[in-house]
Amino acid sequence: MDLLSSMVILAFIYATPILVAATGALYSERSGVTNIAIEGIMTIGGFVAATVTTLTEDQLGSWAPWLGILIGAVLGLIYSALHAYVSIDLQGDQTISGTALNMLSLGISVYFCQIIFHQQRTRAFQRGFVKMDIPVLSDIPILGNLFFKRIYITFYVALLIVLLTYIILWKTPYGLRLRAAGEHPSAVDSLGISVRALRYSGVLISGFLGGLAGGIMVLTQATQFSAGSIHGVGFIAMAALIFGRWNPWGILGSSIFFGFSQIFSIFSRDIPLLENVPGEFFYALPYALTVLAMVAFSRKSAAPKAVGVPYSSTH
Amino acid sequence: MKDNSKSRLFRPGSNSSLFVTAIIAILLSFLVAAVVMIATGIQPKGFFDALLRTMTGLDFSRAGTAQFFRPRYVGEFIQVSLPLILCGLSIGFAYRTGMFNIGAEGQLIAGILCSNLIALTLPLKTPLLAVLCIISAGIGGGLWAFIPGFLKARFGVHEVVTTIMFNYVAMYVSNWILKALPGSNPQRTVDLPKNALLGSDFLRKLSGNSRLHWGFIVVILSVLLYNFIMNRTSFGYELRAVGFNRHAAAYAGMNAESRIILSMVISGIFAGLGGAMVAQGTFTYGRVLQGFENYGFDGISVALLGGTRGVGILLGGLLLGGLRSGQPLMQAMGVPLEIAQIVSGLIILFVAMQHGIERLLLFFGKRRLEEEKEESVPEESSLNDALSPGFEKAAAPAGDAAAKATAGKDAEEDAEASASQQA
Repeated sequence: MDLLSSMVILAFIYATPILVAATGALYSERSGVTNIAIEGIMTIGGFVAATVTTLTEDQLGSWAPWLGILIGAVLGLIYSALHAYVSIDLQGDQTISGTALNMLSLGISVYFCQIIFHQQRTRAFQRGFVKMDIPVLSDIPILGNLFFKRIYITFYVALLIVLLTYIILWKTPYGLRLRAAGEHPSAVDSLGISVRALRYSGVLISGFLGGLAGGIMVLTQATQFSAGSIHGVGFIAMAALIFGRWNPWGILGSSIFFGFSQIFSIFSRDIPLLENVPGEFFYALPYALTVLAMVAFSRKSAAPKAVGVPYSSTH
Repeated sequence: MKDNSKSRLFRPGSNSSLFVTAIIAILLSFLVAAVVMIATGIQPKGFFDALLRTMTGLDFSRAGTAQFFRPRYVGEFIQVSLPLILCGLSIGFAYRTGMFNIGAEGQLIAGILCSNLIALTLPLKTPLLAVLCIISAGIGGGLWAFIPGFLKARFGVHEVVTTIMFNYVAMYVSNWILKALPGSNPQRTVDLPKNALLGSDFLRKLSGNSRLHWGFIVVILSVLLYNFIMNRTSFGYELRAVGFNRHAAAYAGMNAESRIILSMVISGIFAGLGGAMVAQGTFTYGRVLQGFENYGFDGISVALLGGTRGVGILLGGLLLGGLRSGQPLMQAMGVPLEIAQIVSGLIILFVAMQHGIERLLLFFGKRRLEEEKEESVPEESSLNDALSPGFEKAAAPAGDAAAKATAGKDAEEDAEASASQQA
């Protein structure tokens, strides 16, 4: 039971950044812009969050990580504006632009580490986020142990973001328009609604959430930011988006599933049937499963129809 | 469309325009990098000095002494460039067939793995082993690329996502296998046998003890082969036709599915050969990777800079290789070595902005054309000025078309050229 509860909690912790980043990517892709730059945006967010935290924690104490992820998210948004500009205004190749952002992010973040901290990583922060018991709820028998003890509050922030996303995208006129921009932009355009503005909003929200995810990841799973901090989680988020079929609840399920697959490599030694399976198997699992899922769903793809296709208004 | 852009300076898709776009992308990247350095209190001079010294071996601060020319820098810089050029060929090849192979990194890792496996298991005592390792690296890369190619052709699964995912799968599988080999520790395998390595005493002496190795022959042959397939065979023509318009190519009787698969396989072979350069040239033992080494991603810069043309890729690979191998020197000169990575990323970004750059060039080209017109027929141009807000309007559609069909443009052109030849 102890093993199970610590596994569940750890899986949630690992699933949190995947969930937030994948939800971000959902906005961008639903608006019709492919965003393979999530990894790069997370890198920027993680670097900024770690830097802000370590520089301000003496003054701000436990508020420093919150300020860190907020500023990280804002810089993620600004960084993603590059992708938006190239994809939407210049109608450039979205894959190339995303790749550029991914490559640039590592260069930029470690370059600034060298400028600010004179080493290839940020200074270690003292605490980052702190695990806590959720009051009242953690006293529920069994469930309290599983879900509400020694957990980062950021996991619940992520759940809230998913819920909000569902409401925004499926229950508001803005959400309907955003999704329409990704399915049939000329129809949106013909109603006099700006596809450009909708797509900009989609990419910028994905930048904000991507930066937030990077910050959460570094401040909950590491002690400082370095070049290897994000190590492919941005791409796992992309996988979660595809695996979750471009739907918030699907993303929630696939993110938690991928969170488990990440921690299995740590716990497999203690689980009888899995003890001989190499850790690499679990690391590779999300990526391999995503390819399989894409094949399985290839006949009825859930991807927005106009994703990746530049739209030029006739006006 | 073409008539709209009669500018002599610039015609989208032509070789000269690819060259102009590449030069502009390079200059802008260096410019932005210099601005970043100045803004952060770093002397850009150190960066440019380091790059110059790495790529020419010349140290002007020691002009006149024996230290003035150091061939070791040049040897190292070429050695670093070799896998980058091959990755550039890999990405360029797929790009010409209308596919974006982000998986060169994974295919390179597959190549490294196969090369290491053959080197460590085949009990051969002759240099033939090195050749077999290179061949198996190529096969490994090709097979690893076959899967995304097959999935694309058969199920329509987008190769960008599958190749990204396969990069990670390749890394973890390779780490797992290499760690399981006899004698391996969690970081590396045992040393490869000497006759599997590409280094030579001759080249080492020639280049002042650099790691320059015989792999450069593989690279030169690959560039020639690339150009030959693309420009001189009907197969290459079909590949480009499929890249330009898959359905039109199928309508013309080409088997688009098999062309897509073959193109990915050949693309993977190039990347796999790049793996052989790393496995047998740069290093002398198999390594458990902590993360990507960005050969395949820098290869994207290389392919785009080279305009997916063989010679362009060779030059682009040398530039990226210079940036990469100059990193220690940059750091020594007080410039954070990540600046090289920033430049590489900026190059991709500016190529992605190609559309904007093209529009800019068309703008200037048009204006020059208009000025010439103005000199010869003043009445007409003043009429133009009065009627329309200017050249921008005319330039935009041409630019749009250019962005939509960068990959296919040359196929179209070549088709025209060959048609006129036949006529």
